[in-house]
Amino acid sequence: SETKQWKVARPFRVHKLDACPDESVESTKEEALKFYETMFFYRRFETVCDTLYKEKAIKGFLHLYDGQEACVVGMEAALKKTDSIITAYRDHCHALSRGESPGAVMAEMLGKQTGSSKGKGGSMHYYAPEQNFYGGNGIVGAQVPVGAGIAFAHKYTGDGGLCVAAYGDGAANQGQVFEAANMAHLWSLPIIFLCENNQYAMGTSVGRHTTLPDFYTRGIGVPGIWIDGMDVLAVKKGFKFAADYIRAGNGPLFMELNTYRYHGHSMSDPGISYRSRDEVSQVRQERDCIELLKKRIIEAGWANAADLKKIEKQARKLVDEAVTFARESPDPPLKEAYTDIYHKEIPKRIRATDPAKDLYV
Amino acid sequence: TLLTVREALGGAMGEEIARDDKVFLLGEEVAEYNGAYKVSKGLWEKYGSKRVIDTPITEMGFAGLATGAALAGLKPICEFMTFNFSMQAIDHIVNSAAKINYMSGGRSNCPVVFRGPNGSSASVGAQHSQCFAAWYGSVPGLKVVSPYDAEDCRGLMKAAIRDMNPVVVLEHELMYGESFDMPDYAMDPDFLIEIGKAKIQREGTDISLVAHSRAVGQCLQAAKILEEKGISCEIINLRSIRPLDYETILKSVKKTHRVVSVEGGWPQHGVGAEIIALCCEGDSFPYLDAAPVRICGADVPMPYSKPIEDEVQVQVQTIVNVVSRVMEGQKI
Repeated sequence: SETKQWKVARPFRVHKLDACPDESVESTKEEALKFYETMFFYRRFETVCDTLYKEKAIKGFLHLYDGQEACVVGMEAALKKTDSIITAYRDHCHALSRGESPGAVMAEMLGKQTGSSKGKGGSMHYYAPEQNFYGGNGIVGAQVPVGAGIAFAHKYTGDGGLCVAAYGDGAANQGQVFEAANMAHLWSLPIIFLCENNQYAMGTSVGRHTTLPDFYTRGIGVPGIWIDGMDVLAVKKGFKFAADYIRAGNGPLFMELNTYRYHGHSMSDPGISYRSRDEVSQVRQERDCIELLKKRIIEAGWANAADLKKIEKQARKLVDEAVTFARESPDPPLKEAYTDIYHKEIPKRIRATDPAKDLYV
Repeated sequence: TLLTVREALGGAMGEEIARDDKVFLLGEEVAEYNGAYKVSKGLWEKYGSKRVIDTPITEMGFAGLATGAALAGLKPICEFMTFNFSMQAIDHIVNSAAKINYMSGGRSNCPVVFRGPNGSSASVGAQHSQCFAAWYGSVPGLKVVSPYDAEDCRGLMKAAIRDMNPVVVLEHELMYGESFDMPDYAMDPDFLIEIGKAKIQREGTDISLVAHSRAVGQCLQAAKILEEKGISCEIINLRSIRPLDYETILKSVKKTHRVVSVEGGWPQHGVGAEIIALCCEGDSFPYLDAAPVRICGADVPMPYSKPIEDEVQVQVQTIVNVVSRVMEGQKI
């Protein structure tokens, strides 16, 4: 299929690396349309989650990924399925990209028995170890050393895989990120420390939470790469570069995907008390990842507005089907509260709230 | 075979490392230094740097790393130089390891062992001398064992390593050098002690002493003295803090009609508090002829100076005194 090239708006930067990817990015028609479809689908999915939250079908914490879609889509395009991913609580799109069905992901958020985690996890807790996806972690920064352990396992078994441990610019300040980086460097672990810098740690901007805002240089000796996280083709190219570097046996790499979230940190945050509406709409107008790809597709003559509308309509339908599946699914039966405490075994006695309801095997 | 607790633990780990290539040991000074308390002595020399790994001083980091390696299918043994330092890593034990099976709906499990010396040490002050049984014992999803003698150590360590769940193994620093005669069956390479099962360490008829770890030994000594006074103590060695063997405890209490818990930890919300709650809530309550009592460490941080350090810790004489009062129906 025909390949076209473009220039990145914001060039790659590297730290302690001899080579740096050049400013050109490329795609084929087939790939570009697939990326468009996936990114649009993820955005629609998150937008619908917002609506479901407001009607109280989704409860608790809900962290949406809209604005950042290019990160997970570009990353997955460069990784193998045998590589591992672990991230924090903004994880719906990672679960989807690792093969979880949209219905199961949506049902989990609605707390249904058919959810990815049987309704016991909620929006922050998706896991698909059979697809090398390890969550899903609600504790800011904790996923990073856990990711180093997954990378350790790749190296220990010699299976050739690598692990991407994703965290935000806020989590970048956790001490355990540096602890993990030190061990990863020392033991040459196949891991990408991926900082998805969406500019805000909850409501605290990068400028107010760190004096070291170049997140790709923070690996205490580990080399790093900076990538425009709003350009899916740049993300793919940067990840390909990083994966090749790691597969050549060079040890870990730090990576910053410079991106932006449109929603607030979570649903309790309207997202406009610490930044202006103008700032958000400016990013939407000038740097939006879906709009950028759309422009390139139309320029290349690979599709017209009507063709893209068709793709969008199909994506909306898929999300609607996921919602219908989730809504129609049953709640977990009450006895489900007492299973899965241990792996394939049930304790002899489980205390309930009322001792008369204690469970005995 | 005469074996020290230290040798029993190290031997069990070495055999499991040899048996399963997914098992490895990591922690501070476990390899080339032979272990801060020499529990892993000889293992690095025998099994090499892939299987026995020195870490930087970075508890949160390496506990998280061990958890991740377990999620990805390996079977790490993560040593804390002492459990006091596990406080730097407790988030990974509780939030990353213990809860994952549940919050993934059973899709992800974490077969990691967290182990190291726990409880009171000698003359090291408050930050290095504390029992964490109640802390970890309160967490669903964790298994917690607290062995007393060399047999317990060997069987529980092997069971912990083979378990598919996160297991906390609370060793006792003051027991490492103690020797015990090992029965032949316990030297079998597949000798496993079921986690969640207590042991009747000594049979008796008048009162049940429920203890774990070093306190089991103190109970045995106290029982000898009490026997001379005509009091027959039954001693339950808990072995497991979680799951707790409620059946063995209740059965014993129904037989003896009296119960005293003995532990090195603090009183409030402690293991003894749980034992007594169990005996009162359970069907043993009507059988009780005396109020249940707990013997435990004093409710203070551990002091340094020897006389006051002894003052705040359970002594054999403490057990003798309390049990005598319970038997005489005196005010506790």
